[in-house]
Amino acid sequence: MNVLFFGITKDIVGSSEISFSNELKPTSVASLKKRLIESYPEFSKLNSLAVAVNSEYADDSVLLNGNEEIAIIPPVSGG
Amino acid sequence: MKKVVEIVDVIDTAKVYAELSDANSGGICVFVGAVREFTNNEEVVALEFETYEAMALKEMGKIADTALAKWGLNKVVIRHAVGEKSVKEPVVIVGASSAHRDACFEACRFLIDTLKETVPIWKKEKFKNKSVWVSAHP
Repeated sequence: MNVLFFGITKDIVGSSEISFSNELKPTSVASLKKRLIESYPEFSKLNSLAVAVNSEYADDSVLLNGNEEIAIIPPVSGG
Repeated sequence: MKKVVEIVDVIDTAKVYAELSDANSGGICVFVGAVREFTNNEEVVALEFETYEAMALKEMGKIADTALAKWGLNKVVIRHAVGEKSVKEPVVIVGASSAHRDACFEACRFLIDTLKETVPIWKKEKFKNKSVWVSAHP
């Protein structure tokens, strides 16, 4: 399972993409967020932390099988 | 084409009129967002924009479709720039054309306000001695 990072989350992680092995991959958006906050405590200080699954906003209840395109969306600031 | 939705390196503000011009439109309204020199009295050297392009285009498409339906518009343009932009450069342009002016004024406001809320584009303010991701922290 690969996860894409943008904006400030890319800076926090130090990379635009990380991979989870099959045995360790989170199975829902909620568990993905929990795991990321454990690994990168600075994520908990952000104004918001959204997740996109296949380039659509996904709420915490969405389940993941590892074949999706998953992206971490920090607070947006276009315009 | 009723809608134009794009992420580009440089915004050409001169071409939007031709894109919005329409035989059924008596009103054309355009908003351009540009780089301002000062934020909270601090001098901005440049803004750096990045995007998750596949998702940004999808979200911009949804905003355009909503506006076309809600205000019965004839044409909509939503275009955002990425990369480094210096003071006075345009970074975003949205526009709508409609039979009468009320619809395109209201639609334009909706286009830019919704873009700022939902489209995955991020802006870093570059000052002389530091850089800050806008809106990241409380």
